[in-house]
Amino acid sequence: MKVPVSWLKDYVDIPLTVEDLARLLTSLGLEVEAVHYVGLPRPADATRLDFKVSGLGWEPDKIVVAEVREVLPHPNADRLVLARVFDGEQEHQVVTGAPNLFAYKGQGPLTPPLKVAYAREGATLLDPYNPGQTLRLKRRKIRGIPSYSMVCSEKELGISDEHEGIIVLDPDAPTGTPLADYMGDAVLDIAITPNMARALGIIGVAREVAAALNLPLRLPDTAVVMEGPPIAGRAAVRITDPEANPRFAVGLIEDVTLGPSPYEIQRRLKLAGMRPINNIVDATNYVMLEWGEPLHAFDYDILVQRADGQPPTIITRRAQPGERLTTLDGETRDLPPYAVLVTDTAGPLSIAGVMGGAESEVRATTRRVLLEAAVWDPITIRRVSKALKLTTEAAYRYQRGVHPALVMPALQRALDLMRRWAGGVVAQGVVDVYPRPARDTVNRIHPRDLSRLLGLDLPAATIADLLRRLDFRVRPLDDGRLEVTTPPHRLDIGEGVVGLADLAEEVARLYGYDRIPATRLADELPPYIGLDRPQREAAIKDALVNLGLQEVVTYRLTAPEREARATVSGQPRPDDAYVRLVNPIAHDRRVLRQSLLPNLLEVAERNARFVRRQALFEMGPVFLPRAEGLLPDEPQRLALLLTGPREEPFWAGAAADDMDFFDLKGVLETLARVLHLPEPLRFEPGEHPSLHPGKTARVWLGAAEWGFVGELHPEVKARYDFGPAAVLVAELDACALRDALPDRYALQPVPQFPPVIEDLAFVVDEAVPAAEVEAAIRAGGGAYVRSVVLFDVYRGPSLPAGKKSLAYRLAYQAPDRTLSDKDAARIRKKIVKRVARAVGGTLRG
Amino acid sequence: MLAELERLYQQALSELDAVTDAQALQAWRVRHLGRKAPLMQAFGRMREVPAEERPRVGRRINELRDALQQAYEAKAEALRQAELARALQEERLDVTLPGRPRPYGRLHPTTRTIREIVRIFQSMGFQVFTSREVETDEYNFQLLNIPPHHPARDMQDTFYVATPGVQADETPPVVLRTHTSPGQIHAMRRYAAQDPDNPPPIRVVLPGMVFRYEQITTRSEIQFTQVEGLAVGRHITFSDLKGTLTEWARRMFGPQVRTRFRPSYFPFTEPSVEMDVECFLCGGQGCPVCKYTGWLEVLGAGMVHPVVLRNGGYDPERYSGFAFGMGPERITMLRHGIQDIRHFWRNDARFLEQF
Ligand SMILES: [Zn+2]
Repeated sequence: MKVPVSWLKDYVDIPLTVEDLARLLTSLGLEVEAVHYVGLPRPADATRLDFKVSGLGWEPDKIVVAEVREVLPHPNADRLVLARVFDGEQEHQVVTGAPNLFAYKGQGPLTPPLKVAYAREGATLLDPYNPGQTLRLKRRKIRGIPSYSMVCSEKELGISDEHEGIIVLDPDAPTGTPLADYMGDAVLDIAITPNMARALGIIGVAREVAAALNLPLRLPDTAVVMEGPPIAGRAAVRITDPEANPRFAVGLIEDVTLGPSPYEIQRRLKLAGMRPINNIVDATNYVMLEWGEPLHAFDYDILVQRADGQPPTIITRRAQPGERLTTLDGETRDLPPYAVLVTDTAGPLSIAGVMGGAESEVRATTRRVLLEAAVWDPITIRRVSKALKLTTEAAYRYQRGVHPALVMPALQRALDLMRRWAGGVVAQGVVDVYPRPARDTVNRIHPRDLSRLLGLDLPAATIADLLRRLDFRVRPLDDGRLEVTTPPHRLDIGEGVVGLADLAEEVARLYGYDRIPATRLADELPPYIGLDRPQREAAIKDALVNLGLQEVVTYRLTAPEREARATVSGQPRPDDAYVRLVNPIAHDRRVLRQSLLPNLLEVAERNARFVRRQALFEMGPVFLPRAEGLLPDEPQRLALLLTGPREEPFWAGAAADDMDFFDLKGVLETLARVLHLPEPLRFEPGEHPSLHPGKTARVWLGAAEWGFVGELHPEVKARYDFGPAAVLVAELDACALRDALPDRYALQPVPQFPPVIEDLAFVVDEAVPAAEVEAAIRAGGGAYVRSVVLFDVYRGPSLPAGKKSLAYRLAYQAPDRTLSDKDAARIRKKIVKRVARAVGGTLRG
Repeated sequence: MLAELERLYQQALSELDAVTDAQALQAWRVRHLGRKAPLMQAFGRMREVPAEERPRVGRRINELRDALQQAYEAKAEALRQAELARALQEERLDVTLPGRPRPYGRLHPTTRTIREIVRIFQSMGFQVFTSREVETDEYNFQLLNIPPHHPARDMQDTFYVATPGVQADETPPVVLRTHTSPGQIHAMRRYAAQDPDNPPPIRVVLPGMVFRYEQITTRSEIQFTQVEGLAVGRHITFSDLKGTLTEWARRMFGPQVRTRFRPSYFPFTEPSVEMDVECFLCGGQGCPVCKYTGWLEVLGAGMVHPVVLRNGGYDPERYSGFAFGMGPERITMLRHGIQDIRHFWRNDARFLEQF
């Protein structure tokens, strides 16, 4: 909300600079995001200010109130005039093209003169053609007439973007006074949080300032001279749904003359971000900004006309099916059934709390005004405003809650302003229908309760004082408690434990958050309830990082096509097979991923342009819809990717080979070993929609299938922008891995006796998997076999066709003695026999 | 004879002077210290020496022989040293050539920052608690004191998940969580289940991914992480909140760093607060990163709202608590001067490699 400081000062005398006022408001929870200076001096040093700064401080000696005494034609230009301007010291001739002076051209001396904002030679003004920049007035000639000063428009002074006409001040503006003294201002742009609805009126902001500074709050006089015939019998109000419309009041003013509001009022409205319309509408807006209670003005004669000459009856009700209304912005709108309408016997007049209708709005010819002040259900207003995509100042306030007690002062205040600005006579009395009077909440709090929450021991008297400053009524009770009644402008204070928290916030806020001590947690430590998953996941990530892989984190949101790109078929699954968004931000981010692999491939593809060697992993959830229940499964997955040379290029030696299947398999095996998985991983030939059918393994973690590892299928790889190197990927169940990590593991004793090392090569059929040969060796040699390392695989002319030779380096060892040659021969014999039986292998000569 | 030997001796020494390699040295040795060398055979010629002279001559022969032996050893050592020096010279490297690159793995910057944040809280007795990313409206909003149509819903633009059977004009019941706060309810209920009548105290941190319906720009993302914290107990106060978070800020940003607390609003806490830390880049003097304010907004916090405590199974008459939340990407960006939040999920190697 934009709050002009001058306006704020109508209600409280603020002994602070603008900057200190802004700091104070921020410390109260009314965060000042920006200050726009409109005449008051801008701070010389903008550093260490918590808000953005813009606008212009008006130089007191250069920009003054002046009077235009006569407007003369320009001898050389039809579109320019010469103004005779008196600045309190002397008369100047000013060349201007301001259209609003043309009416006075050649009329001779003006009585009374026009009051204007006058900038003397050398004055600094905002450059109207370069936003944010300033310019200095210099002496020059305009169409042959010397010019060195100007009468200002609002734009040059930072009041608004109005640049066409010059400002015409109210007649009582004192000639010769520095303009900054007359109407210098600064506008505070305050972010109003939802709990601060009471500050959506300037009085509400002033009340907070007054409370913080312990100064009196000066409310405007709402007494109104009512001299016209009574309203009774000339307008009626009927509320059909008190839930939706707790209060509705109208007043009547007759014989008004529509025209512009006083300049000072227009200036304030503009600074507050509203457009001046006419004195009647301006009065409603001015009072809304002042009190926070929106008002609406109807042309009474149109209402009478709609009632066929009878006194109108205003009826508030829900919309009926198919009802439409043309609102005052000219749009014809379909009204949702939950919308609340202000209607009369002829149909809808306005969308309650959101926007008035075009037909009954006031216009230049309006003579009688029926003024509405009402309160509406916040949820209804929010729904309607959202459904119609219509955010108005009124709807904004009603959504956040307007206290019904504001209806009467706002109504009276506005009638009084209309009477003053537009003339006319206010009808006696108002029609006020208030079926659901608001009940002010009452809390009984003990200082102990507050210290339990705040850690701050305040005496009851201090608490009472702080709350009273905010207009709470506080009554000490005999048992040491305080009975605290919420003032009739606030809806945000609950009762019971909620009320206590609400009041604790008020006390803390006013006392000052920075004055509350900072303490270490002294409360009992919580029990450990076995939350070890994050720790286990961290252990897995650490192991992968130690293996030289870079962690990546990718978007959870993707598209079926993106996932399909990573499969040979390329056929996307239907959106319904995914967890799908109702409101995606982009078509290619409309579902939640079901695999990490496509994302990892996209990352590698982008990076392939800059780096040849990539070793990546991601650990994170995928999202699988479930037939039952609302929520999907979110299993954690682990995906790995390797591509490019085994080593980075180096200036010595040959370039390293590209990584292959066994590099990635080696990563998995090492991972399993360093994580102390109780059983070794098992790899068996497998198939996967993304992978090369001959270079894919299903991986088993104990008895459970863990995932896949393999080389990307050439057809899939061709769809991505990769170089010639193979792309190796794996996608694994991270939950299974996490759960398989042992809580503890035992160590093998370090051998005391030396091993016997022996190399054996077996010739087997090509089809025999190496894993089976190794298993046979281990089974044959039993406990003596300490390690089995395959060091060569040979195929070639010295072997029969369809055979291969696997050469192993074996270490035999016993825990209690050094093995003899005889022992070794015995073990070897058993191994050879077992390999022959199990896989048909023969010892190679 | 002696004179001849003395002459041979002198001659051997001068020959040795001329020796420059191992081969020549070997030849010299055979010539002068070998079995057939004159000096070696001199004892065999002792008959030629008068008897009374023999002891003196014998001594002298020994002296000459030892002297040659020593001269030989000295020469051999000198040659070895020269050879070594030459070899070392030849093996000299250009030490300015680049070293052999070693593959090196790194955690993602977000993971690093989360770990750093979490580790500090762990040392204060907080445990890590994680929960799901697709949530019900109930957990993401309602149980956190954000009923349907609450204005606070405007503060968080939400991705809604399609749910079969839900009409287009109804609010969908499933969302991508907009904050890690639903974890507060999950954590409270889990702890409360231990002893529903007397629930144990809680100190948890809840790191995780959250989602917002926003345009992706340099400043805003559709997904980002949060670290939420929650402490619940019988004696937890606003001053504990201040103390705990100030301590965290000092350990995270430096022991001198000052903090500032401002009132704020979150539906699930009351009183609510925002904590600023003094800009650690300019020391509070004002710089572009802190927008010349000298302060950086790093987290929101507050005392857990009584309604939220009750929804979690904790009686607000007996228990109180505080909660806080912060953005690891924002903290990472502030610390490293990162201008564009989109770097985090783009995973450009040239970005990741710098951590
Ligand atoms: Zn800074």
